[in-house]
Amino acid sequence: MNVRLELRGDPPRWLSPVLTIAAVVVALVIGAVVLAFVGGDPVRAYLHIVDAAFGDIGVLSDTLVKATPLILTGLACALAFRMRLWNIGAEGQFLLGAWGASAVVLIPILPAGTPAIVVIPTMMLAGALAGALWGIVPGVLRARLGVNEIITTLMLNYVALAWIQFWVFGPWSEGGFQQTVAFPREAWLPRLTDFAAQFPVLAGLTTHLGLVFALIAAAIMSIVFSRTRWGYEMRLIGDNARAARYAGIDIARYIIVVFAISGALAGLAGMSEVSGVVHRLQDRISPGYGFTAIIIAYLARFGPWRVVLASVLFGALILAGREIQPSGVPAMIQGVILFCLIVAEVLTRYRVRIGRRAVAPA
Amino acid sequence: MALAMEAAGIVKSFPGVLANDHVDFDVRVGEVHALLGENGAGKSTLMNVLAGLYRADEGGVRVDGRDVEFRSPRDAIAAGIGMVHQHFTLVPSQTVAENVLLGLDRPRFRLDLTRTEAEVAALAGRVGLRVDPSARVWQLSVGEQQRVEILKLLFHGARVLILDEPTAVLAPQEIAELFTTLRSLAGEGRSVVFISHKLGEVLAIADRITVMRAGRVTAAGIDPHGVSRADLARLMVGRPVLESLQRTQTEPGRVVLAIEGVSADNDRGLPAVREASLDVRAGEIVGMAAVAGNGQAELAQVITGMRTCSGRVLVDGRDVAARPSRVAIDAGVGHVPEDRAGVGSAPNLSLVDNLILRRFRRPPVARGPFFDEQAARSKAQELRKAYAISTPTLDAPVRILSGGNLQRLILAREIDAEPTLLVAVQPTRGLDVGAIEGVHQLLLDLRSRGTAILLISEELEELLALADRILVMYEGRVIASFEAPRASDVGAIGLHMTGGDDGTGDAPETDAGTA
Amino acid sequence: MIDLTLILAAGVASGTILLFAAVGEIFAERAGVLNLGVEGMMLIGAVAGFSVAASVGDPWIGVAVAMLAGGLLSLVHAVITIHFRADQVISGLALTFLGSGLARVLGDGLSNAGPIATLPRATVPILSELPLIGPVLFRDQSILTYVGFVLVPVAWYWIERTRPGLHLRAVGERPAAADAQGIDVVAVRYAYVLVGGLLAGLAGATITLAISPGWFGDQTVAGRGWIAIGLVIFAQWSPIRAALGAYLFGAIFRFILDLQGVQSVFGVTNPFQAGRSATFFLEMLPYLFVVVVVIIGSREALRRRVGAPAALGIPFVRGERGA
Repeated sequence: MNVRLELRGDPPRWLSPVLTIAAVVVALVIGAVVLAFVGGDPVRAYLHIVDAAFGDIGVLSDTLVKATPLILTGLACALAFRMRLWNIGAEGQFLLGAWGASAVVLIPILPAGTPAIVVIPTMMLAGALAGALWGIVPGVLRARLGVNEIITTLMLNYVALAWIQFWVFGPWSEGGFQQTVAFPREAWLPRLTDFAAQFPVLAGLTTHLGLVFALIAAAIMSIVFSRTRWGYEMRLIGDNARAARYAGIDIARYIIVVFAISGALAGLAGMSEVSGVVHRLQDRISPGYGFTAIIIAYLARFGPWRVVLASVLFGALILAGREIQPSGVPAMIQGVILFCLIVAEVLTRYRVRIGRRAVAPA
Repeated sequence: MALAMEAAGIVKSFPGVLANDHVDFDVRVGEVHALLGENGAGKSTLMNVLAGLYRADEGGVRVDGRDVEFRSPRDAIAAGIGMVHQHFTLVPSQTVAENVLLGLDRPRFRLDLTRTEAEVAALAGRVGLRVDPSARVWQLSVGEQQRVEILKLLFHGARVLILDEPTAVLAPQEIAELFTTLRSLAGEGRSVVFISHKLGEVLAIADRITVMRAGRVTAAGIDPHGVSRADLARLMVGRPVLESLQRTQTEPGRVVLAIEGVSADNDRGLPAVREASLDVRAGEIVGMAAVAGNGQAELAQVITGMRTCSGRVLVDGRDVAARPSRVAIDAGVGHVPEDRAGVGSAPNLSLVDNLILRRFRRPPVARGPFFDEQAARSKAQELRKAYAISTPTLDAPVRILSGGNLQRLILAREIDAEPTLLVAVQPTRGLDVGAIEGVHQLLLDLRSRGTAILLISEELEELLALADRILVMYEGRVIASFEAPRASDVGAIGLHMTGGDDGTGDAPETDAGTA
Repeated sequence: MIDLTLILAAGVASGTILLFAAVGEIFAERAGVLNLGVEGMMLIGAVAGFSVAASVGDPWIGVAVAMLAGGLLSLVHAVITIHFRADQVISGLALTFLGSGLARVLGDGLSNAGPIATLPRATVPILSELPLIGPVLFRDQSILTYVGFVLVPVAWYWIERTRPGLHLRAVGERPAAADAQGIDVVAVRYAYVLVGGLLAGLAGATITLAISPGWFGDQTVAGRGWIAIGLVIFAQWSPIRAALGAYLFGAIFRFILDLQGVQSVFGVTNPFQAGRSATFFLEMLPYLFVVVVVIIGSREALRRRVGAPAALGIPFVRGERGA
């Protein structure tokens, strides 16, 4: 039997979404099989995920909280990946952003007692700048020296973690524990539950303002991609860099700018996590958001609103998946999902032909 | 006469196209057999079947009277049939000797490069193909690389050598050398199949000619004596071919492009352009004749801002040398690149996106930072109609376009941008006769509208048909200039292309160094 | 105190891990296939080797299983990138996720209590008496370290001086040329991706069965798979340079560990001692070094205009008609 791949001329528009959904379903089935294999109960586990993530308004709110940093880091990855710039450093940029935002309060850059209306935007700025810095370094190396950005961004992830650990265990440590002091109230991003006095229904809902930032970022990115000159230029660079140069586009500058913005978005995610959820800096602040973001970006085929949707789903997975034993299963499922997505993407581009041996070699 | 190889009833089709329609073809021992046809006629497909790269859907092949079935090029090589393709299958970073070794069975495991180099040198000397066996392939000229390809086949013991458009990359003198080699190979009892679309060469070298058109054989194994070029052309194209170009008398205007003492390196860091100088005026076509690899591609890249250089490149007085491509574009330079799919277009983006590649910075497509989708589509629609680009929809990805259509798209876009200077590099390569005529007419129209055109081409006939002046580039220098060139200048031009100088042709007025 | 000989010797030992992974990746990349899943394959090899060796009691079986595990995982990548022509970067990342997750699942509950099966160590009789290099290279090293010594020249010879090596190089530089000569490009690529997987699995086993016995979850490999990939760039795809880089890194790792364990240096209290916050700056060093090393490799590639195998990362398609 001879299985061949044949390039499709012009794939129908429904093909990609259908195959993508099919890929996720297949991945979940494989995950179920593995779960069963190691002695778990897949049906109960999956039902539990749905219930634990979307069961009532309270857990839905928690899911959105988990989704917020995923949206921002997912957008960061989608932006870079569109141009085939492999920013694997969203994790490190997230951590740097968390650090930068914390620095505003803990060094402190702003004196105690500064009103929230000043503190919050400053933290946002600091977080974005720190993340941008962490992204610009590999960006410049790639643009000017052709250095492989996969390695550099990845290595900087480890450096970022060590950097945070230094501050958390050292100068900012609270009584020798592995976390910093809690932030003052002015440094907390407003949450829905803060308005429980006026609207009792909001009591206990932890969704915070970061979600709004994330959605605004998605909207801006969507407009940029589809309606601006930059979107066109990025399309061109992503498809054929030589043609982009031929068209007069300064690719080196794009690389640096895109890495900076990508880093800034991830940094903002770090700020929102530290200011909206944990209210202090810890070294365990990220359960791998930056890596999950890679899968989210790929699943969303780099489209901003699809990133939002995928982030909610993965937020659910992270939230409820914590209770799945053994602990490596969600990570494994992520890998399987990515593989299935890859195959789906191939099947979108190629038609599979199963022929007899006598067909021409190809 | 003994038949070295014969093919009978070959049928081969690809999605949407019947490339070979019940084709018969035979090759005698000790002959040079030319396979003639225009681009797309099916010659390469037929030869790929014979060389084992493709499997025919129907039909059979016999070698030395025995039926054979080739499942891969290996089988064909084992049967004594070898092919030199248009795009060489050499590994650039490896040496000549290593390349020769690549497909052999011996030595099985341990390599003795010194011994192989000696063997290669010996064989090369015997058949008159000079090449240095320890040189790395990327260091060789295109003509030398071709010799390596032929040596590879001989090393494998090929009895039938198939050469696909071998003269495309050679200057006239090198062509003569190649013909001598082919004659001597035929004299040894080998057979040569020579694929070409060039009538003159085919008549010069072939013992027999087979003509193909649209997948079928229109003349099988005919004798070149007593056949005229017009006859062959008709067999190739099916109608009397007379390129009737509308060429108006123009007076060249101001100097649009002035290149002064420009030097540039190639991708390997070796000097490709050395102190070149030339100028092009408005309303004239300046042709650049050069054998592949003499710096003309790099020169085009220098002018269009795709390669850095030293010296001055003045477009309407503005120096664009060693500046980003954007500067050249803003100065009014248009570029029809040699590599249509790799440089001139974004294959997976739509026709719209590709057609507005020169217009996306200006209104109406650009409104501030925004991109007006409607304006882009209507411009694309307008260009599609005006240049007859054949495609199902505007949103189809450009990679599905045929070569001719893609070139039409690129020309449409470049011409519509109203350039002051158009740099066109090998604009008709791989196109069929009809498409070639169309391109030529477009260039002439552009010329009469006052655009300055620099036409870089390996086809001397094309340059003679279009150019007001022909320059010759050799080893990175512009070494000769021919005003008002005539067909009789071909010999002199060819001589300059290989570095010789017979005293005819003028040295260009500007300082250019000696050959 | 810090003993230079001990550091270098331990560096050679620890470098062997990077060596196996890097040489494996060199084979794959020279065939034109980029496999970023080295970290995942090493983790799988580490956990598989360790758990099998512990339950069976024989470390050699552990090694075999580890290599098999790495090889199987690499085959997934091979099918996806060679047959399905998917993007090699994403597939490699997916492989890392898959491998790490799978390793965590399999390693769940693995305890380090009880007898840990480790591979034997040995001292080479005459060679270990050589001045300077003797004690570093040949005294009390694990068997696998000696395997590493042999692997490097064998790999070099295979690639540069044999027919299969000639084919390998051609496939990675110009697969169309190799294909035209009748070489089975697909088979060659599969074979060397598999070799990469086997060696990565071996690298993982080297950690848990020889150099740092035990299973410590994700921390077992701690990014060394990625470091190996960076080393390949620094090595300019040469096994010998990779070996030098690997041993250098091993020494750096070792030095950092030692520095973290010391109370005081020349009478001054050591701020980098583990438990003090400044120790984290030491932890950064290996990763920063990789960045430096990759920059060096890239600049050299730019300068010499050589570099990665020309067809690296590009799926091979035989003359596709259609456009």
